[in-house]
Amino acid sequence: MSLQTRPRGLLQHLPMAGPALVLTVFFLVPFGIMVAYSFFHRVEGGFYEPAFELANYARFLTPLFLGVLGFSLTVCALAAVLCTAAAVPFTWFLARLSPRGQTAWLVFILSVLSLSEVIIGFAWSTLLSRSAGISNLFVALGLIETPQAYSPSFLALLLGMCFITFPYTVLVLYPSVTRLDPEVTEAARTLGASPLRTFFTVVVPSLRQAVLATLVLVFVFTLGVYVLPQLLGEPQHWTLSVFITDQAIYQSNIPFAAAVAVFLMLVSLALIGLTLLAGGGRKP
Amino acid sequence: MHDLVLEGVGKSYGSVLAVTDVDLHIPAGKLVCFLGPSGCGKTTLLRLIAGLEQPSRGRLLLDGADISGLPPDRRGFGMVFQSLALFDHLTVGDNIAYALRIRGEGKDSQRRRAEELLEMVRLPGVADRHVSQLSGGQRQRVAIARALAVDPKLFLLDEPLSALDAKLREAMQIELRLLQQRLAVTTILVTHDQREAMTMADLIVVMGDHRVQQVGAPSQIYREPANTFVADFIGTSNLLPVTVEAGAVQFGDRRITVAAIPDGLRRGQPATLLVRPEELHVLPTPDAAGEALPNRLPATVTFVRDVGGTVEVHVDCQGHALIAESLRKDAAPVAPGDAVTVDLPREACRVLAA
Repeated sequence: MSLQTRPRGLLQHLPMAGPALVLTVFFLVPFGIMVAYSFFHRVEGGFYEPAFELANYARFLTPLFLGVLGFSLTVCALAAVLCTAAAVPFTWFLARLSPRGQTAWLVFILSVLSLSEVIIGFAWSTLLSRSAGISNLFVALGLIETPQAYSPSFLALLLGMCFITFPYTVLVLYPSVTRLDPEVTEAARTLGASPLRTFFTVVVPSLRQAVLATLVLVFVFTLGVYVLPQLLGEPQHWTLSVFITDQAIYQSNIPFAAAVAVFLMLVSLALIGLTLLAGGGRKP
Repeated sequence: MHDLVLEGVGKSYGSVLAVTDVDLHIPAGKLVCFLGPSGCGKTTLLRLIAGLEQPSRGRLLLDGADISGLPPDRRGFGMVFQSLALFDHLTVGDNIAYALRIRGEGKDSQRRRAEELLEMVRLPGVADRHVSQLSGGQRQRVAIARALAVDPKLFLLDEPLSALDAKLREAMQIELRLLQQRLAVTTILVTHDQREAMTMADLIVVMGDHRVQQVGAPSQIYREPANTFVADFIGTSNLLPVTVEAGAVQFGDRRITVAAIPDGLRRGQPATLLVRPEELHVLPTPDAAGEALPNRLPATVTFVRDVGGTVEVHVDCQGHALIAESLRKDAAPVAPGDAVTVDLPREACRVLAA
């Protein structure tokens, strides 16, 4: 007999009422409003009137929108892969430090979370600038001739996205990595696998669920990033979040912005679903 | 078949000593048990042999060649870990064939070998199952098969049976021993269970206090313990503080004649007398006052443990607790509180340095 049983009857479900209410009022209702707006009719001059038309969704089929969508999905997927690829070995080594060292690193990583997207964006744009950036250091070291501006650029944007999500990925991976039995990697070593081979044939597969969760997390997180593309990217690097803001605030086209937002959410939900399906498929 | 020699091997972590001064010869094709209480350094020693730790001092010679600096993946040993350390993300077959896969062997030969090994550990037909679907005993067999997949030069086992229940453990000890003899693979088994060591080993290395205390065949370790640590650790022991005399020892006012006094012990020196419980006799009559026969001590029964087949009589002898064990049919008819005489046969008395 298990101690945990499903709650039965109205009374036992009562503790759930608070969270359910908050979720309904602050998430479902605004989301419902947004969905409703996405079908509204736009009136030139920044207004809209209640209607039910698919015109806003029909606008998706323009090359401009599809281009932005494609770019957003690509850059976020790339950020997810790069950030996870960096975070897995990092967390692996972190878990092997002394408890004191682990705490120090975790505190440092958590402190990065306290920085806002704006501060991170400005910091990186300064760091990658020509006048005050790291290229000056490279010149001093004799690596390059003259200082260069590395921002705005695609790589700068990617770097910023990875930086902002890195702490989250480490925090997601950390519990699974520390739970790995060290004897399992030792077993692989005694069976003839080199340290690198052990890492890729035993450690990474054992962490598959956590790695997938990290990929999804970074992907969804970076899809919502909205300041970084404007600070670190050129206009062609602006993602769908920027596009939505642009439509809602500068073009005053709330119905289209709402439609894009709904679409973006559906697309990311679909991708998450696919990822989980692919990851869960090999489990018994 | 391969043999291993350890020369002055030691390991320290900073200022903490794990194991020291180990000189050992592991003979080819034999099963050697590292036996000792927890924290005695036996697992560290096994890990040094496996290459999972680097020795702070000394050398390891496999067939005469120094392997001290070789990483574990280049030693070609098979190891069964205490946690079994199976790969949860792989099937049983893929677990067993892991070493073959690392070597780059084809899928077909991997598959064949895995099935062959499963046959050998008497677990056929589970190659496609997932590790998590197996019972504890089955997982045990998979771990053994995996370690034997590439005919290891040495077969290392770190308390492999400790997770099994008592009955299964006893059965696996015999099965594992028969398998080892059939394969004639040089094997080192770490255990804290002396029954397991006695069952399986050709040679027992008793370890305690971070060093080797005695090396010998199981019966030798039991009958001729080298010191009080081994005497105390192996089996149940009756130990009495005595003073060395010529051909005898003195316990209080009683003289106890013994078969031999070990070299290095001189008259008047303190020593320890060992008598195994099954060799100690309890006579149901009080010690005759003034008679003072040699090898007889007066005692009082404190407890009688009747476990069916055998009877244990616990007595108090001048403040020292002694235990006598006998078959039920030979047991003296005594009860707690009875004044009795304890007989220590000359041949059964063994003198150890104090």
